[in-house]
Amino acid sequence: MYQQVAFDVSKIRKDFPALHQEVNGKSLVYLDNAATSQKPQAVIDSILKYYTTINSNVHRGVHSLSRQATEAFEEARKHFQRFINAEHAREVIITKGATDSINLVAHSFGSAYLKEGSEVIISALEHHANIVPWQVICEQKGARLRVIPLTENSEIDLEVFASMLNEKTAIVAIGHISNALGVINPVKEIIRLSHNNNVPVMIDGAQGIVHENVDVQDLDCDFYCFSSHKFYGPMGVGILYGKEKFLEKMPPYQTGGEMIESVTFDKTTYNELPFKFETGTPNVADVIGFDAAISYIENIGMEEIMAYENELLAHGISTLKNIDGVRILADGAPKAGVISFLIDDIHPFDAGTIIDKLGIAVRTGHHCAQPVMDLLKIPGSVRASLAFYNTTEEIDRLHEAIKIVKQMFG
Amino acid sequence: MTVNESAQKIVEEFGMFDDWMDKYNYLIDMGKSLPLIDEKFKNEKYLISGCQSRVWLSAEMEDGEVVFKADSDAVITKGIVNLLIRVFSHQPPEDIIDADISFIDKIGLKEHLSPTRSNGLMSMIKQMKLYAVVFKTKMKEPSA
Repeated sequence: MYQQVAFDVSKIRKDFPALHQEVNGKSLVYLDNAATSQKPQAVIDSILKYYTTINSNVHRGVHSLSRQATEAFEEARKHFQRFINAEHAREVIITKGATDSINLVAHSFGSAYLKEGSEVIISALEHHANIVPWQVICEQKGARLRVIPLTENSEIDLEVFASMLNEKTAIVAIGHISNALGVINPVKEIIRLSHNNNVPVMIDGAQGIVHENVDVQDLDCDFYCFSSHKFYGPMGVGILYGKEKFLEKMPPYQTGGEMIESVTFDKTTYNELPFKFETGTPNVADVIGFDAAISYIENIGMEEIMAYENELLAHGISTLKNIDGVRILADGAPKAGVISFLIDDIHPFDAGTIIDKLGIAVRTGHHCAQPVMDLLKIPGSVRASLAFYNTTEEIDRLHEAIKIVKQMFG
Repeated sequence: MTVNESAQKIVEEFGMFDDWMDKYNYLIDMGKSLPLIDEKFKNEKYLISGCQSRVWLSAEMEDGEVVFKADSDAVITKGIVNLLIRVFSHQPPEDIIDADISFIDKIGLKEHLSPTRSNGLMSMIKQMKLYAVVFKTKMKEPSA
C-alpha cells in the first residue's frame, strides 16, 4: 500500500553539499535558485563517474566505450522524453541551454516560416533570451515583433492577446513562469487560443519545468525548452522539445559533424531527427548528469516538491509583507518560486549588497527582463527565488536581513 | 592634499571600524553627504556603463586641477563615488593618471573592485582616469 511520507527538508538538504558553507561569516542562505540551482551529490557523482569510466565520443566509434557512452546518452534522451511526456525521443533535441534552444527555434523556424510582414508575438514579461532572438530574426525577415501588454497585476492580458492573433501571426513565444516576477502565465489558454488560429506556440520553460508538472502532449505546445542548470542538473545542457511535424520542416540551425548523413563537396544531406539539430560533440557528461538530476527529482516526486514549494512561497510572501515598506511585485498574481520585491525606496543594489553581507544570496537588478522593469517604472528589484531545499528558517533570516537594511538606509 | 595623502586619510578613517556593518554605515553616510551633481549632468552622456545602479560623472578643469562631480541612484554606490572624489578631485591630471588605487583594497572594499561586481567601481576609476588623460592632452596642445 502506498504510504504518504512527509517531505523531510532537513534530509533533502544533506544531498546538496554546496548549501553547507559559510558566506561572509554566516551560514549560507541560497535564495538565487531562479539564476541557477545547487546540485545534489548524485549529479556530481554521475559526472565524476562518467569521466572516470566510460568517457568516449558518442555515435561514432564501434569500440566498447563509445558504445556505452552513446547508450547512456540516448538513455538520457529517453528519460527526458518520458519526464515531459513527449511522444517520441526524436522530438527531444539536446542543446546548450534554454537560450540556445530559443535561438534554434527563432532562427530555424524563422527561416522556414517567417516572411516579410509575418508577425511574432511575445509578452512584456519575457526574459531577454525570449526577446532578442526574435528581434534578430524579425529584422532579418522583415517581420514584426508584437508584444502582449500586461494587466495592472502584471499578468498577460489574454483579451488583448486574443485580438492580436491574425493570419499574419507565424508563432507565439511565451515564458511559462516569469523569472523576474514569478508570475505563472496561462500557457494552456494561450496555446488553445493560438491553435484556434492555426498558430504554433513555443514555451520558454526555463522556470516552468522547475515548478510545474510539464506534460507537453497535455499542454499541446509546439515547442518547449528548458535548461538543466536551473533544474538541479549541471550547466551547459538544455532541452528543446519540438513537434515532429515542425522539426522535420525546419532547416538545420548549425552545421558540422553529427548532423549530417553524407557529405561530398557538391552536396550534403542531413541526418534525421534529432541529430539534424545536434552539431558537433555534445556535452555527454553533463547530459548524463542531467539524467541523474531528473532521477533525483522523480525520487522525491514533482507533486511533493510543488506542494512544499507553494507552502514555502506563501509563507515567504506573508512574512515579507509583514515588514512595513516592503512591496511585493505582481502581488496577487498566480506565482511560483519567486518573491520579487522592493523595500521602501531603497535601491535594489543597496539592499542586495547588505543582504549578501548577511550571508544571503539573492539577485538584484532587472533579472535580464529590462522591459518589464521599465514598464513597472522601477530600476529593478530584489528577487528571492526558492527551491525545495529552502526552509522557513531561511525565510526568517531574509526577514531579519530586510529589517537591518531598513535600519541602515532609513 | 595629494592623492596619496587623501587615500591614506581614508584608510585611517576606515581602520577605526571593527565590523563590516559600521564600515557600510560610514559608506552610507558618505553617500548621503555627496555634494549633488547639477541636474544637467544627469543624462546619457555622463552615465557610466557597467553599473547596476546608475552613476553620472562630470569633470571640469579648474586652475590646472580636475574637479569631479558625481551622483548615483544607489546610496552605497554614492558612498564609493564620494571616496573616489575625495581622492581624485582637485588633483592635477597626471597625478590622477598615475594614482595607486590600492587604498580600496586596504579599506576592505576589494570585492567592489571585481569586474563582475555590478556597481562598476572599476568603470568609475577608469572613467576618471580617462578624463584626466583628456585634460592632460589638452593642456599640452599649443594655445592658438
